[in-house]
Amino acid sequence: MTTEAVSKKTLFTPFNVITGMILIMGAFLTVWRFGWGLGPVTNLDHNNPWGIWIGFDLLCGVALAAGGYVTSSAVYLFGMKKHHAAVRPAILTAFLGYLFVVIALQYDLGRPWRLAYPFVVQSGTTSMLFEVGLCVALYLTVLFLEYSPAALEWLGYKRLRNMIHRCTIALTIFGVILSTLHQSSLGALYLIAPSKLHPLWYSTYLPTFFFVSSAAAGMSMVLFEGWVSHKAFHNKMSKDYLSQHDDLYYSFAKGASWVLLGYVFIKVIGVAVDDNWHLLATGWGQWFLFELLGFALLPSLLYAIGVREKNLKLIRWTALLTVLGIILNRLNVSLIAYNYHLPSEMRYFPSWQEFGVTLFVCTMLVVTFKFIVTRMPIFHEHPEYKDEH
Amino acid sequence: MKRRNFLGLMGAAGVSAAFATKAQAAGNVHFEGYPGSKGVLFDAVRCIGCRKCEEGCNTVNNLPAPEKPFDDLTVLDTRRRTQNEAFTVVNKYQPDGGPSVFSKIQCMHCLEPSCASACFVAAFKKQPSGAVTYDESVCVGCRYCMVACPFEIPTFTYDDPITPKVVKCDLCEANIQAGRITIPGCVAKCPKEALVYGERKELIKIARNRIAAAPDKYMDHIYGEHEMGGTSWLNLAGVSFSQIGMREDLGVKSGPELTSGALSVVAMVPALWPLLLAGLYGVTKRSEKINKKEKAEAVAEAISATQEKAQADLKAAMERAQADKEATVKREVAKALEEAAKAAEQGEKEEEGA
Repeated sequence: MTTEAVSKKTLFTPFNVITGMILIMGAFLTVWRFGWGLGPVTNLDHNNPWGIWIGFDLLCGVALAAGGYVTSSAVYLFGMKKHHAAVRPAILTAFLGYLFVVIALQYDLGRPWRLAYPFVVQSGTTSMLFEVGLCVALYLTVLFLEYSPAALEWLGYKRLRNMIHRCTIALTIFGVILSTLHQSSLGALYLIAPSKLHPLWYSTYLPTFFFVSSAAAGMSMVLFEGWVSHKAFHNKMSKDYLSQHDDLYYSFAKGASWVLLGYVFIKVIGVAVDDNWHLLATGWGQWFLFELLGFALLPSLLYAIGVREKNLKLIRWTALLTVLGIILNRLNVSLIAYNYHLPSEMRYFPSWQEFGVTLFVCTMLVVTFKFIVTRMPIFHEHPEYKDEH
Repeated sequence: MKRRNFLGLMGAAGVSAAFATKAQAAGNVHFEGYPGSKGVLFDAVRCIGCRKCEEGCNTVNNLPAPEKPFDDLTVLDTRRRTQNEAFTVVNKYQPDGGPSVFSKIQCMHCLEPSCASACFVAAFKKQPSGAVTYDESVCVGCRYCMVACPFEIPTFTYDDPITPKVVKCDLCEANIQAGRITIPGCVAKCPKEALVYGERKELIKIARNRIAAAPDKYMDHIYGEHEMGGTSWLNLAGVSFSQIGMREDLGVKSGPELTSGALSVVAMVPALWPLLLAGLYGVTKRSEKINKKEKAEAVAEAISATQEKAQADLKAAMERAQADKEATVKREVAKALEEAAKAAEQGEKEEEGA
């Protein structure tokens, strides 16, 4: 009787119930999407070919998964070795982030089974999307390799694990190259549409804006995620991880503060180069300033104050603010300021099914993350591989 | 006006695929279209909005019959765009409340198409004939071409779950190549010669002549001569084009030119980043090594200094102990001698007493 009650209790936690409902809805939407096409489940149309599955799932997903290259390069290349315990969680998040970006993309593509066509059938090398696709495919492989030691330690494949572990530096460098390329190329996707994207967001510097902001997004995401993980998986965390944690917070907060300040500078240069000052006085200008001042300059200052005053709480909330800022920026470029010239009745707003699929994909990511960190050595070291980094 | 064609390695390589001709080296090369390539001149001054062109297009391309027949001109009261079932549509405008002006929209058949530049499977091609064609057999359905098209022309069959595709006018390329027709369906049906099919160069001459012959009737602007790097489709009108639904803020840069700069940087990243990052790694590693060495040296120095001091202390202590020992021995010996002397003295006294 008692054991049954206990097992029932553990199975039907609020988390599990909500997750289960989302997964069931997702399965239902998946059948709908692939059985009946994009038309019935999305609000996409001929004027608005890209919706939140690109604007949020792809653009925000990739930006927020930047924590992988930021953390691994900080630790392995920039000599912040004392933060090595932060690498595995960051790499895992990045790997799952990209994996689910690619999964989400299947919903958006008209013929997802042809995803490999650009590489095996016919290549359109003039396309920015070709570069994005190639880099994301390669980077997903790199992230898989970077993550694999944790899985191999768990599975007990010592030799293979050691072989991959020896490639850490090469993989890290390759990862930074690929991240530089596709983070920036996601911005460069819109270079071809100057007549559709509002001039305050359109800039020949779009690739640079996207790359620089991805670094801030990556660091903020590591901080934000550290906060959430702390609450959820505290018992899984090694002393090593926990003791480094505060220090990592200050290092990354300081880094993000500087990067965001640099980002504000280059955004201002973008306005200056195209001489768009007069547009700042318009409604779109207010929205632009709201994004730039409220979600880039403000977090830069708050991070700086947080570091100076050793205020962890402030840093955590600032990380959330920055993450929201990145999401706002990507949505502005891809959806809100895109097609700004169209009358309101021709503008796009996502259908509930589009929101549903996005929620479904995010939920699958969280569930997979939870599955892995509760089993594999992510927040702690495997006892057999201690002191090896 | 000199415009550069495509910059950068990737650009040049891709163009050769897109245009099936010799790759142009980067630089100030300007593509003016294939020699002898054809196009259409639409004259909004002559157009009467009869929708015969729409009908012609529909017939030639075997499109489904529309809800309202083509002779129903009330359709013109609402503004329309191209659809999966309509590669071209005519819209009615009343600029400044004046008389109706009609404008036909369809694919502009750019000389350097944005869609072709954007497509990552190179499904779009600028044909030597002038048409921009689309190959469904490689299309992944990403719809980036629709994002890229400045004229908002391509449409997508969203309701098809298995074989969704992009749809647009192909200047009747398939039909003409197959020999079924010799001029595009829309042009053939026009009763007012508002549409002329011919070599683009000739069309520009015709357009110039019309403007010159009646400067009060025409705007001095051939839409498509320079827009987006030039288009094979050209337009004439008696009012400003922005008043009849055509954007005049598109600029003269072609789609490929807009991305060529970013593409040219692509090769630089994998070429230079490894040097920079490996260098950084080396610097970090080296400074770590130096730190370690300095630390080790400092430790060694500290140890040896401590050891020396300890040795000296020990020596001093030893010396002191030795001296102490000697003094003690001396003292003891003296004491013993003294005692012996005393004892001897006492013995003598006892002997005397006895």
